[in-house]
Amino acid sequence: MTAVIEGIDLAGLTAGPAQTWGAIRLVPLLRRDPVTDLRLHARLHDPDALSIVQTAPRTAYVSFIPHAFVATWTTDSTPAAAYGTQLRGSTDTEVPEGIRLVFRRRMARREDRQRLRFLPLHLAMEGYLALQFGGPPIAWQEWTRQAVTRGLSPRVEAGYTGAAIAGLDDALRVFEIHPDQCGMVLYVADALTAAFVVPHPDDYRALHPTLLQDFYGDLLFHYAHLYPAVPDFTVRLDDTAVTSVADLRAQLARVDAEWQGFHAVLADGLLAAGRLTVTPVHRMGRFTLARFLPAFDPDTDNHIGEVITDETGQLAYLKTFRLSAAQTRRGHLLSQLAAHDWNLDTTATALRTDRVGLIQRLDRAGFGHLLRPDIIDACRRRARESRGRAAR
Amino acid sequence: MFVNAAITSTAQREFRSTAAAQRLSLDFLHEYVLGNYRDLYAATLALDVNQLNAAMVVTNLLRTAAEASREQRAQEGRLIAARLRTLPPQRVYGVFRDLRRRGINNRRTRAIVRDWVTARPDPAFDAVKYRRSLSVAARHAHLPLPGEVGTVLFDWRRPKRYETPILEAWRRAHYDQRALYELPYTVAEGLAAQHGIDRARFLSGIAPRLTAGERLRLQGNAVRHKVDGVAMDLATAPLTRLASYVLSLPRPERLRRRDELTGALRAAARRAARRQAGTWGQVVAVLDDSYSAAGSGTKRRRPLAVALATHYLLEALAADFTGLWLHHRGDPLLVHPVGATGLGVRILDALERRPDRLVIVSDGWDNAPPGQAAEVLRIWRTRLDPDQHTSIVHLNPVYDADTFDVHRLAAGVATVGVRDAEDAAALVELARFATGSAGFDELRRHLADRVERFLDAQEAVS
Repeated sequence: MTAVIEGIDLAGLTAGPAQTWGAIRLVPLLRRDPVTDLRLHARLHDPDALSIVQTAPRTAYVSFIPHAFVATWTTDSTPAAAYGTQLRGSTDTEVPEGIRLVFRRRMARREDRQRLRFLPLHLAMEGYLALQFGGPPIAWQEWTRQAVTRGLSPRVEAGYTGAAIAGLDDALRVFEIHPDQCGMVLYVADALTAAFVVPHPDDYRALHPTLLQDFYGDLLFHYAHLYPAVPDFTVRLDDTAVTSVADLRAQLARVDAEWQGFHAVLADGLLAAGRLTVTPVHRMGRFTLARFLPAFDPDTDNHIGEVITDETGQLAYLKTFRLSAAQTRRGHLLSQLAAHDWNLDTTATALRTDRVGLIQRLDRAGFGHLLRPDIIDACRRRARESRGRAAR
Repeated sequence: MFVNAAITSTAQREFRSTAAAQRLSLDFLHEYVLGNYRDLYAATLALDVNQLNAAMVVTNLLRTAAEASREQRAQEGRLIAARLRTLPPQRVYGVFRDLRRRGINNRRTRAIVRDWVTARPDPAFDAVKYRRSLSVAARHAHLPLPGEVGTVLFDWRRPKRYETPILEAWRRAHYDQRALYELPYTVAEGLAAQHGIDRARFLSGIAPRLTAGERLRLQGNAVRHKVDGVAMDLATAPLTRLASYVLSLPRPERLRRRDELTGALRAAARRAARRQAGTWGQVVAVLDDSYSAAGSGTKRRRPLAVALATHYLLEALAADFTGLWLHHRGDPLLVHPVGATGLGVRILDALERRPDRLVIVSDGWDNAPPGQAAEVLRIWRTRLDPDQHTSIVHLNPVYDADTFDVHRLAAGVATVGVRDAEDAAALVELARFATGSAGFDELRRHLADRVERFLDAQEAVS
C-alpha cells in the first residue's frame, strides 16, 4: 500500500515567471487544461465570485476539502474544521469529518462572512502529526496506555503563521495572479518553503489569501528577517543575433525555456531529489488522496504534505509544509520506531545505539511522555548519575 | 523627475506602497527641490502638477520666503496668485488653514489671502459652505469682511434674521427642514442628519443643488436608495472621471449601457483632444490591465481608468489607432484588472505594426518575466529602429515612493507621470526632457516659456 517515489511529478503544470517582493519569491504554476471533475467543495466557494475561466457546468464531479479548513459544515451553523483533506462525491450530502470549534473570543463575529480560513495553527499541525504517526501498533510494555490507545495526540509542533513572516502579506497582496494559474511555489530567501497546487484556477483564486493564514516552519521566519531581498531573475537578450522582429520573438521564446530550467533547479529539493514515502488514504472516482513523508534526512530539505493524483498519476492537488531541522530529527526517530513496530531494542540496534541511548534521545526530542514513567525516570536517574560521576 | 512626482503623487495609498510612505517620500522630494532649485520649483506651478502638489508648493514657497531674493519673490507672488485662482476653493482654503497651523504670517501671505478672498464671487456663499475655513483665513490675515458675512462668522448668535438670502436660509435650516434644500449639499447633509431626515428623501430634495463632482460621487448612493433625480449628465463629465465611473459599474451593466457609455467616453475624448484631433498619424498603445491596475482602496482602479481614458483619447487624436491590452480582448469598455504584467511580448506586438508613435500606459512593474520590456525596447532602439522612426513614450500613473519618481521601463525611453488622461497630449511634449536628451539650459528655457504663457493667460482672464 505504501509506496516510495522519487520526488513529485509536476507534469501538466508549467512554471510562470517569478514575482519577487523583498525576500519572498513567488513562482506561479500554470495549467493549460484545468482539471474540471475535481473541484473545491462547493460550500467553500463564494457564491458571488465571478468565474475567470469558462468551463462546462458542473454536473458530476468529485470535490475536495483541504485539511484544516474552517467553514460552517454543520447544520446548526457553528464553525468546524475539516480533519485531513477529504474527497466527496457529487451526491454526497453528509457532513464532512471535522472538529467542531468553540471560540470564546470574538471569532464568532466573523462566522457569517463568506470567507475561507484555516484553523488556529497549532491545532492544524497537531492534526497533521497525528495523521502521520498513529502511535505504537503493538502494546509493548514500555509504552504508556495513552500512547497505545491515542497515539501522539497531545503532541504539539510549533509553526509560524504566514502573517508573522516579514513581507509575506505584502508579497501575496501585490502578487498578480495569472488567469490560468493553478498553483504557487513559495520561496523565502530562495529556500523552498511551500508548494500549493489545486485542480482549477477558480479554486486557486479562492484559496490564494489562505496562503497567508497557512503555517510555515521557523527556518523561514528567520530567513525572512535575515535576508532583505533576493535578486530578480533578469535575462539579457542577445542583440547581435537579432535582425528582424521574428528573431526577437525567437529570443523571447528561448528566454521562456531558460526560465523553466532555472525554476527546476530551484525546486530541486521537492521535485526531483529525495525519496518520498507515499501512503494512499482514500480513493474516489479516478482520484487518489495520499499523504507523503520525506526521507527525514537531516542534510536535505524535508517536506511533508498531501497530494491528490488522478489515475494516470497527474497531479491535481498538492500542499506541502517544510520541516525545520529539529522537526526532521523528531520525524527521523518516529519513522525509525514505526519501521521496527515501536520495539525499543530493535530500533536502538538500527540507530546504532543501546536502549538507554534511544530512550534519552526520545526524551530529549520531547517524546518522553509516551514511555511508562518508571522507565523514563530510571533512565533519567542513570543519566544524572553518569553526568555527576563524569563531573567528579 | 520632480515634475513626474508632482503630477502623479497624491500621497494616497497605492497598490504597492502605503499612504505614509508616499507622503514621506513626497515631502522629502519637495524639500530637496526647494532647497536646490528654487526658481524651477516655483516654475512647476505653471505646469499641470496636481492640486495636492500645487498646494504644497505654495505653502513651501511662503514658508521659506526669507530665503528668496527680491526678484524671485515678485515672480513667485505672481505665480502663486495665478495658480490659486485655478485651484478649487476647498484646496485653497486648505492651504490657508495650513498656513495658520504652521504660523506663517508675513505681509506677502496676508496680501495673497486678501486678494484671493476679495476675488471670490460670493462671500456669503463661502461663509456658509466653507464656514470654518473662511473664518480661519479672516482671522489669520486680518480680513475686513463685508456686512453680514462677518456677523455670520463671528457673531452668529445675536441676529434675529439676515438680509442676505443664503445666510437667512442657513439660519432657518437649523429649525426648519424645508430651508435645508436651499443650502449647498455638504452643509445640508450635516443638518439633515441632525433633523433625522431619511437619506432617500434628502437626496431627492437636494438633487438640484448638487455640483458635478458631488453628482458623480453620489451615483452609487442614489441607486442604493432608489432616487432618480441625481442622474448624471454624462456629456459634461471629464474624461478620466468618466472612465473611473464606467469601471465602477459591474460588467453586465456596462454591457447593457454600452452605446451610451461609449458615446460619452468618445465625446469626452474629442473635447479633451480639441484641435489636435486626428493629427497624430498612426498610433499604437499598449495598455496595462494587469491586477496592479486595480490600484488601492483609496484610489480604486485609478491606473486602469487612466489607461481606459487614454485609449479613447488616442483614438480621437490619431488618424489610425490600435489599442493593445495585456489580457483583455474585444470591447475596451469591459476591461477588468486581472493577471500578471507581461509587457515585453505586447510591446513587440505593437512595434511589429511599425507605428509613428507608441504609447505605453503602465505602472512600469514588468514582471512576466521581469525586465523583458526593457530588453525588447533596448534591442528595438539599437538593432531594429536605429533612426528612431517610432517615437516611444511611457505614461505612468503611479508614483513609486522608493525611487522618488515614477517606475521606469527602460533607459532610452521617456517615462512621464500622468494623473488625468486629458493631459496626455501635453505630457508627450514634455517627454523629451525625461529621456535626458535635452540639456538643463533647454529645460530652463522651456519652463520660462511655460511660465510666461501661464501668467499671460491667467492675467488676461482676471
